[in-house]
Amino acid sequence: MKVSLRRHGNILILSPDGRIDHAHADAFKAALDNHLGECKSGDTRIILDFADVSYMSSVGLRMLMLAARQVKAQGGRIVIAALQPLVDEVFKISRFNLVYQVFHSVDAALAELGSSI
Amino acid sequence: MKIRFWGTRGSLPVSLSASQVRDKLIAAFTAAIGRQLDSAEKIAAYVDNELGFEIAGTYGGHSPCVQIEAGGAEHIVCDMGSGARPFGQSMLARFGPDMPQTYHVFMSHLHWDHIMGFPFFTPAYIPGNRIVIYGCHAELEEAFRRQQAEPSFPVDFSQLNATIEFVYLEPGRSYDIAGVRVTPKLQRHTGDSYGYRFEELAGTGKIAVYSTDSEHALDDNVERESFIEFFRAADVVIFDAMYSLIDAFSIKADWGHSSNIYGVELCQMAGVKCFCMFHHEPAYDDATIASVLAETRRFEEITRTGEPLEVIAAYDGLELVL
Repeated sequence: MKVSLRRHGNILILSPDGRIDHAHADAFKAALDNHLGECKSGDTRIILDFADVSYMSSVGLRMLMLAARQVKAQGGRIVIAALQPLVDEVFKISRFNLVYQVFHSVDAALAELGSSI
Repeated sequence: MKIRFWGTRGSLPVSLSASQVRDKLIAAFTAAIGRQLDSAEKIAAYVDNELGFEIAGTYGGHSPCVQIEAGGAEHIVCDMGSGARPFGQSMLARFGPDMPQTYHVFMSHLHWDHIMGFPFFTPAYIPGNRIVIYGCHAELEEAFRRQQAEPSFPVDFSQLNATIEFVYLEPGRSYDIAGVRVTPKLQRHTGDSYGYRFEELAGTGKIAVYSTDSEHALDDNVERESFIEFFRAADVVIFDAMYSLIDAFSIKADWGHSSNIYGVELCQMAGVKCFCMFHHEPAYDDATIASVLAETRRFEEITRTGEPLEVIAAYDGLELVL
Protein backbone atom coordinates (compact mmCIF):
# COMPACT_ATOMS: atom_id res chain seq x y z
CA MET A 1 0.00 0.00 0.00
CA LYS A 2 1.21 3.48 -0.86
CA VAL A 3 0.44 6.33 1.55
CA SER A 4 1.32 9.76 0.16
CA LEU A 5 1.46 12.87 2.28
CA ARG A 6 1.36 16.58 1.74
CA ARG A 7 1.18 19.55 4.07
CA HIS A 8 -0.86 22.73 4.07
CA GLY A 9 0.57 24.82 6.86
CA ASN A 10 0.14 22.82 10.00
CA ILE A 11 -2.35 20.45 8.39
CA LEU A 12 -1.03 17.08 7.25
CA ILE A 13 -2.97 15.22 4.58
CA LEU A 14 -2.36 11.47 4.47
CA SER A 15 -3.68 9.71 1.36
CA PRO A 16 -3.62 5.91 1.45
CA ASP A 17 -4.25 4.03 -1.77
CA GLY A 18 -6.10 0.73 -2.24
CA ARG A 19 -7.55 -1.71 0.28
CA ILE A 20 -7.01 -1.38 4.01
CA ASP A 21 -7.52 -4.99 5.04
CA HIS A 22 -5.58 -7.56 7.02
CA ALA A 23 -3.05 -7.88 4.21
CA HIS A 24 -2.27 -4.16 3.98
CA ALA A 25 -3.19 -2.81 7.39
CA ASP A 26 0.36 -2.88 8.74
CA ALA A 27 1.61 -0.52 6.02
CA PHE A 28 -1.25 1.86 6.77
CA LYS A 29 -0.55 1.63 10.50
CA ALA A 30 3.15 2.37 9.99
CA ALA A 31 2.36 5.48 7.94
CA LEU A 32 -0.18 6.64 10.48
CA ASP A 33 2.01 5.95 13.51
CA ASN A 34 4.79 8.12 12.05
CA HIS A 35 2.62 11.19 12.42
CA LEU A 36 0.19 10.62 15.26
CA GLY A 37 2.68 11.94 17.81
CA GLU A 38 2.70 15.40 16.27
CA CYS A 39 -1.11 15.55 16.15
CA LYS A 40 -1.62 17.29 19.47
CA SER A 41 -3.03 20.48 20.87
CA GLY A 42 -1.61 23.54 19.11
CA ASP A 43 0.35 21.38 16.66
CA THR A 44 -0.34 19.45 13.47
CA ARG A 45 -3.87 18.44 12.49
CA ILE A 46 -4.40 15.43 10.26
CA ILE A 47 -6.78 14.81 7.38
CA LEU A 48 -7.06 11.20 6.24
CA ASP A 49 -7.89 11.49 2.56
CA PHE A 50 -9.66 8.24 1.68
CA ALA A 51 -10.53 9.15 -1.92
CA ASP A 52 -8.45 6.22 -3.19
CA VAL A 53 -9.38 3.72 -0.49
CA SER A 54 -11.62 1.11 -2.06
CA TYR A 55 -12.16 -1.13 0.97
CA MET A 56 -11.81 -0.88 4.72
CA SER A 57 -11.93 -4.03 6.85
CA SER A 58 -12.42 -4.28 10.58
CA VAL A 59 -8.65 -4.47 11.03
CA GLY A 60 -8.31 -1.05 9.43
CA LEU A 61 -11.23 0.30 11.44
CA ARG A 62 -9.57 -0.86 14.62
CA MET A 63 -6.46 1.11 13.69
CA LEU A 64 -8.59 4.19 13.13
CA MET A 65 -10.13 3.66 16.57
CA LEU A 66 -6.71 3.49 18.21
CA ALA A 67 -5.54 6.57 16.28
CA ALA A 68 -8.61 8.55 17.32
CA ARG A 69 -8.09 7.53 20.92
CA GLN A 70 -4.42 8.62 20.91
CA VAL A 71 -5.12 11.93 19.21
CA LYS A 72 -7.97 12.69 21.59
CA ALA A 73 -5.68 12.05 24.56
CA GLN A 74 -3.14 14.44 23.07
CA GLY A 75 -5.74 17.14 22.52
CA GLY A 76 -5.22 16.99 18.75
CA ARG A 77 -7.61 16.70 15.84
CA ILE A 78 -7.83 14.07 13.12
CA VAL A 79 -10.62 13.88 10.54
CA ILE A 80 -11.53 11.86 7.48
CA ALA A 81 -12.39 13.11 4.02
CA ALA A 82 -13.61 11.91 0.63
CA LEU A 83 -14.91 8.45 1.49
CA GLN A 84 -15.94 6.37 -1.50
CA PRO A 85 -19.66 5.47 -1.29
CA LEU A 86 -19.20 1.85 -0.22
CA VAL A 87 -16.52 2.70 2.35
CA ASP A 88 -18.81 5.46 3.60
CA GLU A 89 -21.51 2.83 4.05
CA VAL A 90 -19.11 0.58 5.97
CA PHE A 91 -18.35 3.55 8.23
CA LYS A 92 -22.02 4.07 8.93
CA ILE A 93 -22.82 0.39 9.48
CA SER A 94 -19.89 0.04 11.88
CA ARG A 95 -20.81 3.36 13.57
CA PHE A 96 -17.38 4.86 12.82
CA ASN A 97 -19.12 8.01 11.66
CA LEU A 98 -19.63 8.57 15.38
CA VAL A 99 -15.89 8.32 16.06
CA TYR A 100 -14.63 10.47 13.21
CA GLN A 101 -15.85 13.68 11.71
CA VAL A 102 -16.21 12.84 8.02
CA PHE A 103 -16.07 15.48 5.25
CA HIS A 104 -17.21 14.94 1.70
CA SER A 105 -13.95 16.34 0.32
CA VAL A 106 -10.45 17.29 1.38
CA ASP A 107 -11.28 20.91 0.56
CA ALA A 108 -14.21 20.81 2.96
CA ALA A 109 -11.99 19.31 5.65
CA LEU A 110 -9.31 21.96 5.03
CA ALA A 111 -11.89 24.71 5.30
CA GLU A 112 -13.09 23.32 8.60
CA LEU A 113 -9.60 22.91 9.99
CA GLY A 114 -8.82 26.53 9.23
CA SER A 115 -6.69 26.42 6.12
CA SER A 116 -7.10 26.44 2.36
CA ILE A 117 -5.31 25.07 -0.65
CA MET B 1 -28.42 -31.94 9.42
CA LYS B 2 -30.92 -29.78 11.26
CA ILE B 3 -30.22 -27.10 13.86
CA ARG B 4 -32.89 -26.18 16.41
CA PHE B 5 -32.37 -23.05 18.46
CA TRP B 6 -33.89 -23.25 21.94
CA GLY B 7 -32.03 -20.30 23.43
CA THR B 8 -30.23 -17.53 21.55
CA ARG B 9 -29.87 -14.64 23.99
CA GLY B 10 -26.56 -13.81 25.64
CA SER B 11 -25.64 -13.22 29.26
CA LEU B 12 -29.13 -13.12 30.75
CA PRO B 13 -32.56 -14.42 29.73
CA VAL B 14 -35.05 -11.70 28.85
CA SER B 15 -38.73 -11.56 27.95
CA LEU B 16 -40.97 -9.11 26.19
CA SER B 17 -42.48 -6.50 28.47
CA ALA B 18 -46.15 -5.48 28.40
CA SER B 19 -45.26 -2.20 26.72
CA GLN B 20 -43.26 -4.00 24.03
CA VAL B 21 -46.22 -6.30 23.27
CA ARG B 22 -48.45 -3.23 23.13
CA ASP B 23 -46.07 -1.51 20.71
CA LYS B 24 -46.15 -4.56 18.43
CA LEU B 25 -49.95 -4.64 18.48
CA ILE B 26 -50.20 -0.95 17.68
CA ALA B 27 -47.73 -1.35 14.82
CA ALA B 28 -49.64 -4.35 13.45
CA PHE B 29 -53.05 -2.70 13.68
CA THR B 30 -51.75 0.55 12.23
CA ALA B 31 -50.30 -1.27 9.24
CA ALA B 32 -53.64 -3.04 8.80
CA ILE B 33 -55.64 0.16 8.38
CA GLY B 34 -57.52 0.08 5.09
CA ARG B 35 -57.06 -3.66 4.54
CA GLN B 36 -60.02 -6.01 4.31
CA LEU B 37 -58.88 -8.44 7.01
CA ASP B 38 -62.30 -10.04 7.46
CA SER B 39 -61.31 -13.68 7.92
CA ALA B 40 -58.86 -15.66 10.04
CA GLU B 41 -57.09 -16.80 6.87
CA LYS B 42 -56.56 -13.24 5.64
CA ILE B 43 -55.33 -12.17 9.04
CA ALA B 44 -52.90 -15.09 9.20
CA ALA B 45 -51.59 -14.30 5.71
CA TYR B 46 -51.18 -10.66 6.67
CA VAL B 47 -49.26 -11.54 9.84
CA ASP B 48 -47.09 -14.13 8.09
CA ASN B 49 -46.34 -12.27 4.89
CA GLU B 50 -46.80 -8.55 5.44
CA LEU B 51 -45.51 -7.83 8.91
CA GLY B 52 -41.82 -7.98 9.66
CA PHE B 53 -40.57 -10.63 12.05
CA GLU B 54 -39.70 -7.94 14.58
CA ILE B 55 -43.42 -7.12 14.80
CA ALA B 56 -45.11 -10.46 14.12
CA GLY B 57 -42.60 -12.51 16.10
CA THR B 58 -39.78 -12.14 18.56
CA TYR B 59 -36.16 -13.23 18.70
CA GLY B 60 -36.85 -14.63 22.13
CA GLY B 61 -35.08 -14.46 25.39
CA HIS B 62 -33.71 -17.83 26.49
CA SER B 63 -29.98 -18.10 27.07
CA PRO B 64 -27.95 -20.45 24.84
CA CYS B 65 -29.12 -23.95 24.03
CA VAL B 66 -28.78 -25.29 20.48
CA GLN B 67 -29.75 -28.76 19.31
CA ILE B 68 -28.02 -30.40 16.36
CA GLU B 69 -29.78 -33.25 14.59
CA ALA B 70 -27.37 -35.33 12.56
CA GLY B 71 -29.59 -38.27 11.76
CA GLY B 72 -28.66 -40.48 14.70
CA ALA B 73 -30.94 -41.74 17.45
CA GLU B 74 -28.95 -39.96 20.15
CA HIS B 75 -29.31 -36.25 20.75
CA ILE B 76 -26.65 -33.56 20.42
CA VAL B 77 -26.99 -30.21 22.12
CA CYS B 78 -24.69 -27.27 22.73
CA ASP B 79 -24.89 -25.55 26.11
CA MET B 80 -27.50 -25.74 28.83
CA GLY B 81 -28.74 -22.16 29.09
CA SER B 82 -32.35 -21.48 30.00
CA GLY B 83 -33.35 -22.78 26.55
CA ALA B 84 -32.67 -26.26 27.95
CA ARG B 85 -36.05 -26.16 29.68
CA PRO B 86 -38.20 -25.97 26.51
CA PHE B 87 -35.73 -28.33 24.82
CA GLY B 88 -36.29 -30.91 27.57
CA GLN B 89 -40.05 -30.42 27.43
CA SER B 90 -40.05 -31.01 23.68
CA MET B 91 -38.09 -34.22 24.13
CA LEU B 92 -40.60 -35.42 26.70
CA ALA B 93 -43.50 -34.52 24.46
CA ARG B 94 -41.90 -36.42 21.60
CA PHE B 95 -40.62 -39.53 23.35
CA GLY B 96 -42.53 -39.67 26.62
CA PRO B 97 -41.02 -40.63 29.97
CA ASP B 98 -40.84 -44.37 29.25
CA MET B 99 -38.54 -44.31 26.25
CA PRO B 100 -34.98 -43.72 27.54
CA GLN B 101 -32.91 -41.26 25.53
CA THR B 102 -29.22 -40.38 25.33
CA TYR B 103 -28.13 -36.75 25.26
CA HIS B 104 -24.65 -35.56 24.30
CA VAL B 105 -24.15 -32.07 25.69
CA PHE B 106 -21.21 -29.95 24.50
CA MET B 107 -20.38 -27.06 26.80
CA SER B 108 -18.80 -23.89 25.44
CA HIS B 109 -17.93 -22.82 28.98
CA LEU B 110 -19.34 -22.74 32.46
CA HIS B 111 -20.63 -19.22 32.90
CA TRP B 112 -24.05 -19.08 34.47
CA ASP B 113 -26.03 -18.23 31.34
CA HIS B 114 -24.77 -21.46 29.75
CA ILE B 115 -25.52 -23.84 32.62
CA MET B 116 -28.61 -22.30 34.27
CA GLY B 117 -31.11 -24.41 32.34
CA PHE B 118 -29.79 -27.77 33.48
CA PRO B 119 -31.69 -27.91 36.81
CA PHE B 120 -34.85 -27.40 34.72
CA PHE B 121 -33.93 -29.99 32.08
CA THR B 122 -36.61 -32.54 32.88
CA PRO B 123 -34.89 -35.53 31.18
CA ALA B 124 -32.21 -35.29 33.89
CA TYR B 125 -34.81 -36.35 36.45
CA ILE B 126 -36.02 -39.45 34.58
CA PRO B 127 -34.41 -42.84 35.30
CA GLY B 128 -33.05 -44.57 32.22
CA ASN B 129 -32.01 -41.43 30.42
CA ARG B 130 -28.28 -41.01 29.85
CA ILE B 131 -26.73 -37.55 29.72
CA VAL B 132 -23.08 -37.19 28.69
CA ILE B 133 -21.71 -33.71 29.32
CA TYR B 134 -18.57 -32.87 27.35
CA GLY B 135 -16.26 -29.94 27.89
CA CYS B 136 -12.67 -28.77 28.07
CA HIS B 137 -12.78 -27.08 31.47
CA ALA B 138 -11.34 -28.92 34.46
CA GLU B 139 -14.21 -27.54 36.57
CA LEU B 140 -16.91 -29.00 34.30
CA GLU B 141 -18.51 -31.36 36.81
CA GLU B 142 -18.00 -29.02 39.76
CA ALA B 143 -19.89 -26.21 38.00
CA PHE B 144 -22.94 -28.40 37.38
CA ARG B 145 -22.99 -29.79 40.90
CA ARG B 146 -22.38 -26.43 42.56
CA GLN B 147 -25.33 -24.63 40.97
CA GLN B 148 -27.70 -27.25 42.44
CA ALA B 149 -26.13 -27.19 45.90
CA GLU B 150 -27.74 -25.37 48.82
CA PRO B 151 -28.62 -22.54 49.06
CA SER B 152 -28.77 -22.02 45.28
CA PHE B 153 -31.34 -24.71 44.33
CA PRO B 154 -33.77 -26.98 46.18
CA VAL B 155 -32.87 -30.21 44.35
CA ASP B 156 -29.30 -31.41 44.75
CA PHE B 157 -27.47 -32.76 41.72
CA SER B 158 -27.21 -36.16 43.44
CA GLN B 159 -31.01 -36.45 43.35
CA LEU B 160 -31.13 -36.45 39.55
CA ASN B 161 -32.25 -39.89 38.39
CA ALA B 162 -30.72 -39.98 34.93
CA THR B 163 -27.26 -41.44 34.43
CA ILE B 164 -25.02 -38.40 34.08
CA GLU B 165 -21.41 -38.60 32.90
CA PHE B 166 -18.76 -35.94 32.42
CA VAL B 167 -16.23 -36.32 29.64
CA TYR B 168 -13.24 -34.02 29.26
CA LEU B 169 -12.19 -33.19 25.71
CA GLU B 170 -8.86 -32.00 24.41
CA PRO B 171 -9.00 -28.85 22.23
CA GLY B 172 -7.87 -29.46 18.67
CA ARG B 173 -8.53 -33.20 18.83
CA SER B 174 -11.42 -34.73 16.90
CA TYR B 175 -13.91 -37.19 18.38
CA ASP B 176 -16.57 -39.28 16.65
CA ILE B 177 -19.72 -39.02 18.78
CA ALA B 178 -23.36 -39.71 17.91
CA GLY B 179 -22.84 -39.59 14.15
CA VAL B 180 -20.68 -36.48 14.01
CA ARG B 181 -16.98 -35.72 14.14
CA VAL B 182 -16.64 -32.98 16.72
CA THR B 183 -13.56 -30.82 17.24
CA PRO B 184 -13.29 -28.32 20.11
CA LYS B 185 -11.31 -25.10 19.76
CA LEU B 186 -10.04 -22.76 22.45
CA GLN B 187 -11.56 -19.27 22.25
CA ARG B 188 -10.79 -15.93 23.87
CA HIS B 189 -13.17 -15.39 26.81
CA THR B 190 -12.79 -14.81 30.53
CA GLY B 191 -11.99 -18.23 31.97
CA ASP B 192 -11.72 -19.57 28.38
CA SER B 193 -14.47 -20.83 26.14
CA TYR B 194 -14.52 -23.50 23.44
CA GLY B 195 -16.12 -23.59 20.03
CA TYR B 196 -17.18 -26.87 18.42
CA ARG B 197 -17.03 -27.89 14.79
CA PHE B 198 -19.52 -30.66 13.97
CA GLU B 199 -19.03 -32.63 10.77
CA GLU B 200 -21.71 -35.11 9.80
CA LEU B 201 -20.12 -38.54 9.35
CA ALA B 202 -22.88 -39.95 7.14
CA GLY B 203 -25.44 -38.51 4.77
CA THR B 204 -24.47 -35.28 3.10
CA GLY B 205 -21.51 -34.49 5.36
CA LYS B 206 -22.85 -31.13 6.47
CA ILE B 207 -20.74 -28.97 8.77
CA ALA B 208 -21.98 -26.75 11.60
CA VAL B 209 -19.73 -24.63 13.82
CA TYR B 210 -20.89 -23.41 17.22
CA SER B 211 -18.68 -20.50 18.25
CA THR B 212 -20.13 -18.40 21.00
CA ASP B 213 -18.69 -16.29 23.81
CA SER B 214 -15.61 -15.68 21.73
CA GLU B 215 -13.73 -12.42 21.41
CA HIS B 216 -11.30 -11.96 18.55
CA ALA B 217 -8.01 -10.10 18.61
CA LEU B 218 -7.99 -8.44 15.22
CA ASP B 219 -4.24 -7.76 15.30
CA ASP B 220 -3.42 -11.44 15.88
CA ASN B 221 -2.85 -12.96 12.45
CA VAL B 222 -2.21 -16.46 13.83
CA GLU B 223 -5.51 -16.42 15.70
CA ARG B 224 -7.38 -15.16 12.63
CA GLU B 225 -5.94 -17.92 10.44
CA SER B 226 -6.83 -20.54 13.06
CA PHE B 227 -10.47 -19.40 13.07
CA ILE B 228 -10.61 -19.32 9.28
CA GLU B 229 -9.53 -22.98 9.32
CA PHE B 230 -11.99 -23.78 12.11
CA PHE B 231 -14.83 -22.25 10.08
CA ARG B 232 -13.58 -23.53 6.71
CA ALA B 233 -16.39 -24.44 4.26
CA ALA B 234 -18.96 -24.76 7.05
CA ASP B 235 -22.62 -24.84 6.07
CA VAL B 236 -23.38 -22.64 9.05
CA VAL B 237 -21.34 -20.78 11.66
CA ILE B 238 -23.28 -19.87 14.79
CA PHE B 239 -21.33 -16.82 15.86
CA ASP B 240 -21.19 -14.56 18.90
CA ALA B 241 -22.32 -11.28 17.32
CA MET B 242 -23.34 -9.66 20.58
CA TYR B 243 -21.77 -6.25 20.07
CA SER B 244 -21.40 -3.65 17.38
CA LEU B 245 -17.86 -3.38 16.03
CA ILE B 246 -17.36 -0.02 17.68
CA ASP B 247 -18.40 -1.36 21.10
CA ALA B 248 -16.19 -4.43 20.69
CA PHE B 249 -13.23 -2.10 20.09
CA SER B 250 -13.98 0.39 22.81
CA ILE B 251 -16.15 0.25 25.90
CA LYS B 252 -16.72 -3.51 25.65
CA ALA B 253 -13.20 -4.55 24.68
CA ASP B 254 -12.05 -7.55 26.74
CA TRP B 255 -15.64 -8.43 27.65
CA GLY B 256 -15.25 -11.67 25.73
CA HIS B 257 -17.61 -11.19 22.80
CA SER B 258 -17.44 -10.33 19.14
CA SER B 259 -19.28 -8.36 16.48
CA ASN B 260 -21.44 -8.95 13.42
CA ILE B 261 -18.88 -7.22 11.19
CA TYR B 262 -15.90 -9.36 12.11
CA GLY B 263 -18.05 -12.47 11.96
CA VAL B 264 -18.99 -11.73 8.36
CA GLU B 265 -15.36 -11.09 7.45
CA LEU B 266 -14.17 -14.35 8.99
CA CYS B 267 -16.95 -16.33 7.30
CA GLN B 268 -16.22 -14.71 3.95
CA MET B 269 -12.55 -15.64 4.24
CA ALA B 270 -13.46 -19.19 5.30
CA GLY B 271 -15.94 -19.82 2.47
CA VAL B 272 -18.86 -20.36 4.85
CA LYS B 273 -22.38 -20.68 3.43
CA CYS B 274 -24.46 -19.22 6.27
CA PHE B 275 -23.51 -16.76 9.01
CA CYS B 276 -25.86 -17.01 11.98
CA MET B 277 -25.83 -14.13 14.45
CA PHE B 278 -26.15 -15.52 17.96
CA HIS B 279 -25.84 -14.58 21.65
CA HIS B 280 -27.96 -11.48 21.20
CA GLU B 281 -27.36 -8.58 23.55
CA PRO B 282 -30.08 -8.70 26.25
CA ALA B 283 -30.56 -4.92 26.00
CA TYR B 284 -31.57 -5.23 22.32
CA ASP B 285 -35.27 -5.32 21.51
CA ASP B 286 -36.64 -7.07 18.42
CA ALA B 287 -36.50 -3.93 16.29
CA THR B 288 -32.83 -3.41 17.14
CA ILE B 289 -31.87 -6.99 16.28
CA ALA B 290 -33.80 -6.73 13.01
CA SER B 291 -32.01 -3.48 12.21
CA VAL B 292 -28.59 -5.00 12.96
CA LEU B 293 -29.52 -7.98 10.79
CA ALA B 294 -30.42 -5.71 7.86
CA GLU B 295 -27.16 -3.78 8.24
CA THR B 296 -25.16 -7.00 8.45
CA ARG B 297 -26.76 -8.29 5.26
CA ARG B 298 -25.88 -5.05 3.53
CA PHE B 299 -22.33 -5.21 4.86
CA GLU B 300 -21.97 -8.72 3.46
CA GLU B 301 -23.31 -7.54 0.13
CA ILE B 302 -20.95 -4.59 -0.28
CA THR B 303 -17.86 -6.48 0.91
CA ARG B 304 -18.54 -9.68 -1.03
CA THR B 305 -15.73 -10.92 -3.24
CA GLY B 306 -16.80 -14.54 -3.80
CA GLU B 307 -19.93 -16.59 -3.31
CA PRO B 308 -22.76 -14.89 -1.36
CA LEU B 309 -22.80 -15.53 2.37
CA GLU B 310 -26.31 -15.96 3.74
CA VAL B 311 -26.80 -13.87 6.89
CA ILE B 312 -29.45 -14.78 9.45
CA ALA B 313 -30.20 -13.94 13.07
CA ALA B 314 -30.99 -16.88 15.34
CA TYR B 315 -34.21 -16.80 17.34
CA ASP B 316 -35.74 -19.11 19.90
CA GLY B 317 -37.65 -21.69 17.91
CA LEU B 318 -35.72 -21.36 14.66
CA GLU B 319 -35.17 -24.62 12.79
CA LEU B 320 -32.39 -24.48 10.27
CA VAL B 321 -32.17 -27.27 7.72
CA LEU B 322 -28.69 -27.51 6.16
